[in-house]
Amino acid sequence: MDLMTYSEAVLSGDRLALTRLLTQVENNLPEGRASLIELFPQTGKAHLIGVTGSPGTGKSSLVNQLALHYRKTENKRIAIVAVDPSSPFTGGAVLGDRVRMRDLSGDPDVFIRSMATRGSLGGLAQSTANMAQVFDAAGFDIVIIETVGAGQSEVDIARLAHTTLVVEAPGLGDDIQAIKAGILEIADILVVNKADRPGVENTEKALKSMLELAHPAERVFRHHGSTMRIAAPKQDSSSAPMWIPPIKRTVSTEGKGITELAESIAKHLAHLRQSGDWAVRERARLEVELDALIREALVSRFRQDVPQQQYDAVLEKIIQREISPWEAVRVLMKENNESI
Amino acid sequence: MAEKKIRVLVAKPGLDGHDRGAKVVARALRDAGMEVIYTGLRQTPEMIAEAALQEDVDVVGLSILSGAHMALTPRLLELLRNNGQTHVKVFIGGIIPDEDLHRLKEMGVTGVYGPGASTEDIIRDVRLAVT
Repeated sequence: MDLMTYSEAVLSGDRLALTRLLTQVENNLPEGRASLIELFPQTGKAHLIGVTGSPGTGKSSLVNQLALHYRKTENKRIAIVAVDPSSPFTGGAVLGDRVRMRDLSGDPDVFIRSMATRGSLGGLAQSTANMAQVFDAAGFDIVIIETVGAGQSEVDIARLAHTTLVVEAPGLGDDIQAIKAGILEIADILVVNKADRPGVENTEKALKSMLELAHPAERVFRHHGSTMRIAAPKQDSSSAPMWIPPIKRTVSTEGKGITELAESIAKHLAHLRQSGDWAVRERARLEVELDALIREALVSRFRQDVPQQQYDAVLEKIIQREISPWEAVRVLMKENNESI
Repeated sequence: MAEKKIRVLVAKPGLDGHDRGAKVVARALRDAGMEVIYTGLRQTPEMIAEAALQEDVDVVGLSILSGAHMALTPRLLELLRNNGQTHVKVFIGGIIPDEDLHRLKEMGVTGVYGPGASTEDIIRDVRLAVT
């Protein structure tokens, strides 16, 4: 491994190199970034499947069953990125998703990596997307990304994944929950897990009425102020009908409904490719990533250019309510020959 | 932000089902700011080594109450070595007779903690072991 670079070793299937690289990427180290640059041309092949939903709906068990199914029927290489929350107080975390994935242990073509959010909101960690890129380049056919037990607004996963599953379980909410904006809107497939429990009909009914009430005719991506609209394909064109999220019942502890769920995922993938949505989502995702990197680069360059003393002085003026933060930005930019 | 977090795998090999100790240690390490990967009950050394590789942990904590520590520990150390993870430190919690302590340490186990051990000692030793 000494003679090879990390990225070459990863491409050749070296699992130790892969796991070390994932750590470098997670810690945002320069070595990790250098490898990401080398690996990037190899990305864009894997099908990224997001799995989100409230805590306790059975996301990890469902991921376990899905991965087992893919291993048995399609012999695909599966990577799983499981995100759990970090403590906001100590920064520590207990990552427990592997407990539900013991069936996958011992299979060299399944790679499970747990990660903590490390202060990031939105259901994913900052480097989740980059970790997915590493798996993609390393030749994993499917990358399943399990978010933290998400509440109502953890929708970052929809920007990252090609196919987003939103997992619900009976008894967790009524039909008002179902028509609220947020997490249900991002679903490509709705899963009612624990479908052997009472109340499954009500949960399904609430989801169905939500879909009938307001299926979005177009997808709107919103990032820093500008909205990006993706018009739905015309209903009358026979080639690419609009995708209506199906509702699938599963009992993941018993493996029930998994085959049907996998069929829906396959249908969604086919839909993405036929309708051109794959390219549209890819573009939207990479645009968001590019914008974020530009922002980061500009901010760090600007902060380097502004003398610390000057920055502190302006900050002090804000604290004393002598100027507003908006004016402060203008002052700092003007004095450093930047234009807004 | 570049930040190095200590990652610890807390694993429960063997067939006994008492995981309270493992959970207490997992939580204490979490509260010390570490990222703890918890794998649950009845893990084989193979499963533990595999998880340690995939998670790129710095430390593995084994909870063994079954008396099988002299069989499970060397096997795990061997598997870690085979995977190239020679830098990974291993500590053990559980019921370990005194006469085995020395041999476990010789194998490379960095700490052995019996009933009544303080979590502060474990945290301090883990921090020391990885620096």
